[in-house]
Amino acid sequence: MELIRVKNVLKQYKTGITAVYDLSLKVKKGEFIFIIGSSGSGKSTLIKMLYREERPNEGEIIIGGIDVAKLKNHKVYKLRRKLGIVFQDYKLLHKLTVYENVAFAIEILGLNQKEIREKTLKALELVGPKGKAKSYPDQLSGGEQQRVAIARAIVNEPKLLLCDEPTGNLDSKTSWEIMKVLENINNLGTTIIMATHDKEVVNKMKKRVIQIEAGKIEKIHEEGTYQNEAV
Amino acid sequence: MKPFRILYRNIRDALKSIFRNFSLSIASISCITITLIIVAISMILSFNVENVTNLIRKDFTIIAFLDNKLTEEEIKQVEEKITKLDNIDEYKYENKIEIAESMQDSSDVFKTIMENWDEEDNPLQDTFLIKVVDAENINITANELKKIEGITVVRYGEGIVENLLSVFGIVEKSLIVIVLALIVVTAFLISNTIKLTIFSRKREIEIMRLVGASNLNIKLPFIIEGLFLGVLGSLIPIILVIYGYRALFKYFEGQVFTPFLQLVQPLPFVYIVSSLLALIGVFVGMWGSARAVKKYLKI
Repeated sequence: MELIRVKNVLKQYKTGITAVYDLSLKVKKGEFIFIIGSSGSGKSTLIKMLYREERPNEGEIIIGGIDVAKLKNHKVYKLRRKLGIVFQDYKLLHKLTVYENVAFAIEILGLNQKEIREKTLKALELVGPKGKAKSYPDQLSGGEQQRVAIARAIVNEPKLLLCDEPTGNLDSKTSWEIMKVLENINNLGTTIIMATHDKEVVNKMKKRVIQIEAGKIEKIHEEGTYQNEAV
Repeated sequence: MKPFRILYRNIRDALKSIFRNFSLSIASISCITITLIIVAISMILSFNVENVTNLIRKDFTIIAFLDNKLTEEEIKQVEEKITKLDNIDEYKYENKIEIAESMQDSSDVFKTIMENWDEEDNPLQDTFLIKVVDAENINITANELKKIEGITVVRYGEGIVENLLSVFGIVEKSLIVIVLALIVVTAFLISNTIKLTIFSRKREIEIMRLVGASNLNIKLPFIIEGLFLGVLGSLIPIILVIYGYRALFKYFEGQVFTPFLQLVQPLPFVYIVSSLLALIGVFVGMWGSARAVKKYLKI
């Protein structure tokens, strides 16, 4: 079953820079895909277009039946509620506790306190950090903060998880722990697309790798590795 | 119930945010308070000017002096003609003996002079005192009265009436313009103050959007916050109006220097003004917030 179809997408920023050029891609349900490429290659732009922060100038992006490219600004929330997003800088609210940060994402749905509590605790149980629900983000390590961000991203049980360099700020040991968490989530059926620089992670995971250079797909490696040393 | 839960969450968040951003909330509240005080003063002035104008209008009287040679029959005919005119509210006939008596009652000087008058000595004239419906057209009615046979002189304070009405009209209109201008200025000031608050919460809004909050989800707590700021900002002006105006009324004993300038009775006047102030405060707070948050939404 196909979850994402990207077809002939072109993205040109107002500055005139073309970030993505004639890119096509299909992603099946339950897949785990790496998007790799050097800085400025267009991988972040691609991720941004998938959660409709950016809109392509040409081409179509269909995610779970929604035509994301044509989605109006005031309807973007409908897409966002169906997917989870994880960032390099975690994007947590420092005034809220770990529990509140995770619950934040489902409170807007108007669930009752019991449902919010159950879902939040379930997500924290699955991802961690364990026993820190009442701590504030500033009291946590980078890896722990990223776990909170992942918990927030999956608390609504999305079909798709988008990760933009989630291990970019972490050391290799912590990165690997985060990858284990993501793999675990993937095993439960969630499709994951992850943009990364992290050679070690990509090589160890043996997943499909899409290499983007200058806004185009350079290579697709099934069970791929980070072969291009120049990257 | 889902809508109630969402509303509850928004009210809770709005209250939290007022306390979390305390200094900026105080800035917005004082801004609303100060303007509403000025609005309140202008409103009270405007209502009082209107009140005085109405009282004066009601009080305008045309005095038509009759020829003393008229017989009773002829006076009846004059009266009939007066009733046929437009713009007549009420009229009263006073003969010269009654007038002399009332003048003697009003002043000792008159009394001494008039006491010894015979009926033939009395130089006064029989009169009709006429009140008009529309004071603006008093001169037209006066001219029509002049044309009636048997009426010798018509007096209504020509000139003064028209001038007074136009001055009051100008004062009233200027006050309304001032009130409206103040409301607009406050709305923008609030909007800018709240913008500062929201700027510090840009990240929060960004994350809300990322996790799937709709524009309404994001806007609602801010609008409710604006509502609370408006209510809080209107408290002091309302207290000032309710107690201040009553005290003022008591101090002046209901009239400013002369019975001619009557103040509006405090009840229910102060409650009407207070409700208007609360409404303006709430409107200005909500609109200001909505405008401020709009900048950070992609609509």
